[in-house]
Order: sequence, then C-alpha cells, then structure tokens
Amino acid sequence: MNHTPDAPALEADEEGFPTGDPANISRRRFLTSSAGVAAGAFVLGVGLPVGEARAARAAAAPMPAGTRVPAFLEIRPDNSIRFQSPFVEGGQGIFTAMAQIVGEELDADPSTFIVENAPAGNDYKVLSIGMRITGGSMSVRLSYPTMRRLGALARQMLLEAGARQLRVPVSELTTEPGRVVHAASKRSVTYGQLAGVAMDLPVPAPDSVKLKDPAQFRWIGKPVQRLDVHDKSTGKAVYAIDCRVDGMLHAAVQHAPRLGQTVGGIRNEAQVKAMKGVHSVHRLPGAVAVVAERWWDARRAAEALQVDWKAPAADSTARVMPADFSTKALAAQLERMPGPGENAENVGNTEAALKAAHKQVSATYHSQFVHHAQIEPPSALARFNADGTLEVWLPNQAPELFQGDIAKRTGLAPEKIIIHSPLLGGFFGRHFLYDGGTVYPQAIALAKAVGRPVKVIWSREEEFLRDPVRPMAVVRFRAGLDANGFPVALEAESVTEGPTEGIANKRGDKMDPTALEGIAGKAYAIPNHRIAQVYAKQHATLAYWRSVGNSMNDFIYESFLDELADAGGKDPFELRLHLLQGNARLTNLLRAVGELSGGWKRGPYIAADGTRRARGVAMASPFGTEVAAIAEVSIEQGQVRVHEIWEAIDPGSIVNPAIIEAQVNGAVALGLSQVLLEEAVYEKGMPLARNYDMYPILPLARMPRVHVRIIESGAKMGGIGEPPLPPVPPAVANAVAHLTGQRVRSMPLSRHVFKS
Amino acid sequence: MELHINGKSYEVHAEPDTPLLWVIRDELGLTGTKYGCGLAQCGACSVLIDGVVARACVLPVAGVVGRQITTIEGVEADPVGRRVVDAWVRHQVPQCGYCQSGQVMAATALLRETPHPSDEQISAAMVNLCRCGTYNAIRAAIHEVAGQAGKSSTALNEAAGAEDTGRAQA
Ligand code: FES
Ligand code: FES
Repeated sequence: MNHTPDAPALEADEEGFPTGDPANISRRRFLTSSAGVAAGAFVLGVGLPVGEARAARAAAAPMPAGTRVPAFLEIRPDNSIRFQSPFVEGGQGIFTAMAQIVGEELDADPSTFIVENAPAGNDYKVLSIGMRITGGSMSVRLSYPTMRRLGALARQMLLEAGARQLRVPVSELTTEPGRVVHAASKRSVTYGQLAGVAMDLPVPAPDSVKLKDPAQFRWIGKPVQRLDVHDKSTGKAVYAIDCRVDGMLHAAVQHAPRLGQTVGGIRNEAQVKAMKGVHSVHRLPGAVAVVAERWWDARRAAEALQVDWKAPAADSTARVMPADFSTKALAAQLERMPGPGENAENVGNTEAALKAAHKQVSATYHSQFVHHAQIEPPSALARFNADGTLEVWLPNQAPELFQGDIAKRTGLAPEKIIIHSPLLGGFFGRHFLYDGGTVYPQAIALAKAVGRPVKVIWSREEEFLRDPVRPMAVVRFRAGLDANGFPVALEAESVTEGPTEGIANKRGDKMDPTALEGIAGKAYAIPNHRIAQVYAKQHATLAYWRSVGNSMNDFIYESFLDELADAGGKDPFELRLHLLQGNARLTNLLRAVGELSGGWKRGPYIAADGTRRARGVAMASPFGTEVAAIAEVSIEQGQVRVHEIWEAIDPGSIVNPAIIEAQVNGAVALGLSQVLLEEAVYEKGMPLARNYDMYPILPLARMPRVHVRIIESGAKMGGIGEPPLPPVPPAVANAVAHLTGQRVRSMPLSRHVFKS
Repeated sequence: MELHINGKSYEVHAEPDTPLLWVIRDELGLTGTKYGCGLAQCGACSVLIDGVVARACVLPVAGVVGRQITTIEGVEADPVGRRVVDAWVRHQVPQCGYCQSGQVMAATALLRETPHPSDEQISAAMVNLCRCGTYNAIRAAIHEVAGQAGKSSTALNEAAGAEDTGRAQA
C-alpha cells in the first residue's frame, strides 16, 4: 500500500518536495474535474442548480483543508453518499476506512458510501503535515481527527437544515444513521431530503463541533465490509489501464536499454510506419513510441523498431545508467567503501566498549534490488481539451504533486491540469513521482503531437526495464558482549544510498532517514551504539518499496541480533525480552506473539507430518506501529518451506480489524517473497529479468498460514499497510539458521541449498 | 471473425494473430480481463474457453473462433461462477483487485472440474499471481464453495473473523 517515507521523512524533506500547489483552486474546477461525475457532484444535494453566489463564495474564501464539506460530500435523495477521498485506494482499504471514519461522525452507514479519489485541490491536503499523499501508512493516522471533524461538520449542517424544515430548535434534534430525528414529535427527515437545504448553509466553525466519545463508536473499530469487493470480484473496478475516452489512440514504447541514452536513428522507421494499424512513430526522451488504433498493433510495432541509441552527454546531471553497471560489481564496491560514514546515532562510547567487551562478533549483511512487480503495468491517458485544459488519467499517490510536475513540463497553469486518479492495481511504492519511471510525460507528449487523446501502456518488459528499485546496502556490524553474554556495544555502518537520496539524485542537507530506518531507532537497550551511513550512489533509479528502509534493514538487524544471541548463549526470544526490560508495550507485544504461536519454542522438533521444523522470531517498529512475528520453517528439497507465520501488531488504536488482518496477510506474502525469491539482477546496465518468468514472486502454493493478533495498546495511532512486513523476512531467516546451522546474510534464500 | 463471448456474438476485425486479450479489451471494451505480463506468467488475463481456463494474452484470436468464451463480465451467469463471486465477497478476498478477475475465473474453472478440491489441488490449480498476497483468503473462499470449510486438516485462515485472530486490550 503506502510506500513513501514516514512522516518525519516527509517533514524533514518538505522543502525539496515539489508540491505543485495550485494557488487558486476555483470552485468550477471542483465541478468539472472528476471522472464521470456530473457538475454539481461536489455539493450536498446534487441535482439542484449550483447558485452562482455560492460558487463565488466558495472560491473566494479559503478554508482549512478538510473543512469545506461540499468539496467532499454529496448526499443524494436516495441517501447514498458520494465521498471524495483525499487518499487513493490501492488495496489497503482506505476508501472503506474513510467511509467508516466520516460516516461515524456524520452518523451515516459506511455501506451507503460511494468513494472515489478527489481531484487535485488544497481542500484535500488533510494530513497533519500539511500535504496530501497516500503513503507511509499515513492516511488514517495523520488525518483521523480532521476526517472525523469533517463528518461532524456535515452532520451539524444537516441538523441545521433539519431544524428549519421541522421548525424546531436544533437543540431538540438528534440523528440516527442517515436521518435527522425530532424525538419529541416522533418526526424524522432523511439526510437525502435535507441535503438540498443543508448545502446552502455555511460550514460551521471547525472547532464548534464535538466529536463522539469513542465508547459510542458504531463503525470505527469494527470489521466493516469493504466497499469495493464485489466490483473487484466481477471485473467492474476501473484502473488507469482501463480508462478510455472518445477518439483515443493507443501507444506503446521501446525504451532505451539504459537510462540516459537518447534516440540516435531509427533504422527501419519506414517499415514500422507501414505496419498494420500504425498511426505514427515518435521520438521521445529516452524512448521511441508507436501510436496506433490498437495497443497490440502499437506494441508489435514498438518491438520491431531498430533504434540506434546515443550515449548520454558526458555532462548530464540526470541519473544515468553506465554501460558496465552490474549488481555484482556494485555489491563488491559497497563492500570496499570504508567507514566511518555519517552517524545517525552515536550513544555511549561504542569503540571503547567494543574493545573492553568479553567477546566480539562481526558480520556483513547485504540487501538486494527488488521490483515493485505490481500486477497492473503502468499506463497513462492524456487529453487536451478545447477549453485549454489538459486531462490526465494516471496511477498516482499524490495528485497535487503530479499536477505540479505536469505544469512544469507543459508550461500550463496547474488549474488547467485535471488529474484523474483511478484505483491502483497494486501499490507497494510504485506510484510516487519517479524521474524516468512514469508514463504520463509520454502520454502528454504524444497527445500533443497527434492532436488526439493517447493512452500509453508499458508492457511488462518495459516496466521491469524502468521500474525504480529498492536500494542495495552493505551493512557492516561489530558488536561486543559482556561476560554474561549480553550485548553492550553495537556498531552498524550501512554503505548505501537512501531511496529519498536516490529520487533527489543527491544528498540532502540532512541524512535520509529512509536509508537507515530499521537499523537506527531500535528499542533494544544496548548502552553503546553507533549507527552510520556511508553514502554510496547506485546508478539504478531508486524507489520506495513497501515498508521502505525497514523492509530490508530489519532483515539485517534482526538477523544479526539472533547471531548475538547465539554468540552469547542466549535464546533469541529471551534475549529480546531482556533488552526490552522496562518497555511495557514491546514486552507485551513480544509475549503476545509468543502466546499466539502456542508458547515460544525454537525447536528444532519433528512435526506431525514428520518434517523437521524450527522457529524464528523478529520484531520491528515501522511507521509508528509495533510488530513482532514468529515463523515456522522446514527444508524441502534444499529449499525453505514456511509453514506458519504468527504476527502480533500494535498500531495503538484501530479503525477496521478485518482490513488489518488482510494487510498483515499481504505484508507476510510480500515479505516472504523478498526473503525467499526476489532479486533484480543487473548486468551490462540492464536488468536480466524483464518479466515474471525470470523474476518469480510468491505464488499461492508457497503461502503459509497466517495468524494475526491485533493489540490496541492505546498508544498514538500508527500505520497499517507498511508495518506488518519487516519482521517477516528475519523471522524466517532466523528459523532457517537455527534449523540448518546456515546463517545466510543476504536475500533471497533461494540462492542457497539448505540441509535440514 | 465472429466470437462467442458470454453468450453473445461479436464481429471483430483484429489481425488473426492478435491475442484474444487485446481484442476483448480494446475492440470490445470488456476491460474486466486484465493485462499483467503478456507471457502466460501471471494469470490476470484468465478467461474460460469452453469452460476451461486459458490465458488470453497468448491466445491468438483466430484460434477461438467458434468456441464459447467466458470472461469475468459473464462469470455470474455461470452457477459455479456465481458461487465463487459470492464466496469472494464473503471472504473479502480482493485487495487492489487487479488480479482478481483472473483469480475468480481460475477458481471457477477449478470448481467446475473438481467440485471438492483438496489443498494440494488448490495449490496446483491456483497459480495466478497476486502481489497483494490474498492467497489465504482465496484458499478459504474456494474451500467454502466446495463445502469443505472447516473440514480440511489445514485450519482455514478466514479473511475476516478468523478464530485465531484475537484482539486484546493492553
Ligand atoms: S497477462 Fe496473461 S498471464 Fe499475465
Ligand atoms: S489483489 Fe492486488 S494483485 Fe491480487
């Protein structure tokens, strides 16, 4: 789901963040800019003409984000509620969660909501960090009070309208789901009947409404059914790749083998232009495109193109892929780069404590490039309209950011650019703004060139060529144990480039927290520790990947922690409990996962089916949430088989336990996929795998059973989509190491043959 | 060429070697069938040809003329397909949903052929990829359609309300 830096990262980085702030979002744009929504759709009581005065008033008066009720809610006469979500749905269940949160305070059943992604606009920048992005598992935790208040404001407007209609004081009115009730006279009016009047009322002052007592919650905290499941089970859900408009042409591209190369000549241009269905051939930055009446014809022609590619200019400031780049050479180079690097944490005197330690342990770990491999290949559809506007349908997780980027590229004013954000066919971090990794610049250039709307779809092969990857890292550990076998000093130097550094293509003023998260910020009481980054540029374009730095760094740290346990003669579960003494929340969490698994037992033991199995444990603290996992594994024909995953998750407080359980399952699958199977290997500047045949991802047959325990500790609300992933890979690796005696310090484990 | 899709006839004009996937998506506008890999690797494009699951991305359209094609848009007209969709909703299977048209078609084909599949048969038949990791919900939904829910030696991991999902107040 949500794969952008955690909130602090964004805060730290906000200045460098292209916000694309449209200075003046006009009311008119709300009324015209949503797919398939008639004018008036953004006002309570659709169907009534929108008064000019109201439109003018709305445009003139800036309001705090998340308070302009009519920009979010349309209540129809049949009591159904169309809600403009500030967050995009990519499988994480945010549309349903928003309906629960807004519906709770509005007093309207979430199942009556029809949710779509809102257009670009300041009203939708509802995150407490002052922006709008679906990522970093931030949606609910950083907009919760705002979205609750939005529902409460709308309810208040309906109460006011009800008071007028029923001619009673508003203080005598209450609500029941979907209706305003006057108990004294036993009369009631539905929201749908009141919406027309309610929309003419001013929005009450944001702090004038009182939010519900959580003890009274009807829907928040309940396993409310998702709103999109039937559509998604019957092919009705619409993704960017499915969008079409009248007169649209299709396009396919052939990218330069390496980023930075430009088009020299096309040797067979005339023949390709003469191919069946081909409309035209176009030179784009780093690609040649074929436009055709049908995508398949475009694709076939694009593949047939014989292009001479020119090397990038020597003074190119953009990120370029060298012709001799390989992941093997990069790993070797990272290993050679010396420390000490820049400290993210330096507590106590690590060097002295290491020297004084009873026993020293050192190890070097690696993380690999991985693909997002979302099943929907990227696409974009662009249309220039007669009124001077440009409409773009594109997968994205931050409409205003992309609107700003398109404004920069086209010279159009942001308010002339209408962004449509359809459902995402997989999230995982793929839909951030990645230079060279997005389709819409191509769609816009082609639509302009041919004078018709154009939809560009990247084939899977073109996607794997341009998909930005999670960074590689080499992490060198040194640790010292005291005479009792407990760690007293730990040093970690990570030679890497953080995803945020990679996307910016330079180091920021501050360290990139996404480079070290999962190695830095640990809760374990190790009195002396130094955590540092040695900055090492990686050439490949980098990206956020589900759970970002944690997804690789927790594998690394939590595996090494088990090595320390073994070196000190400690049980790894007990060692963690020891290092967490006094931390009630994490102690409780770790005990909970142990209990969920039937009581911690490391094994090895013989299971009922005769297989020899062992268990491993790991913890992580990603995105404001605490997680702990236990994995049970065996070895089958030299390969790891994962039988069970038990995971406990403490996000503080929750909105929908069923969605959380689904997210844990999904995160387990992705975590297992990367630890068991995945690595994007580059040779000669190109990825070897261009499709799933060479880049296997976890299939159903390898999915273990997953057992989830949700703990609501009452701590500050944390994220859901990203957090369950990081403890899974190290729990598996730790189980494998104990079962086989083979400690593997890199992923994926499929590169090794294990003896059980 | 004439195609029979979901009980209707369509005249199509694509080149005979065009994969069926692109004919149904682009020419006929039936976009419920998805493109994921184009290489018979992911299963997003799964359709039924005379009731048997096939990958439309590698199926030249000329080869399916005269056959009965069922796409996700027609799945609920099939009694087994209907039960599969119902189970998918009850188990809240989809996350992003992109792979789910193909999953539903594959499950429908499996259950038409094998009404009571074992876990092993499900693993062998359900080879469609899901990056969101909905596999346990898929397995549970298929078992439910098969009327085997709870009988399997494998404790089913229900999408919602699983017995081993506990919530604790700390
Ligand atoms: S698109 Fe046909 S199998 Fe992937
Ligand atoms: S539900 Fe997203 S790929 Fe399967």
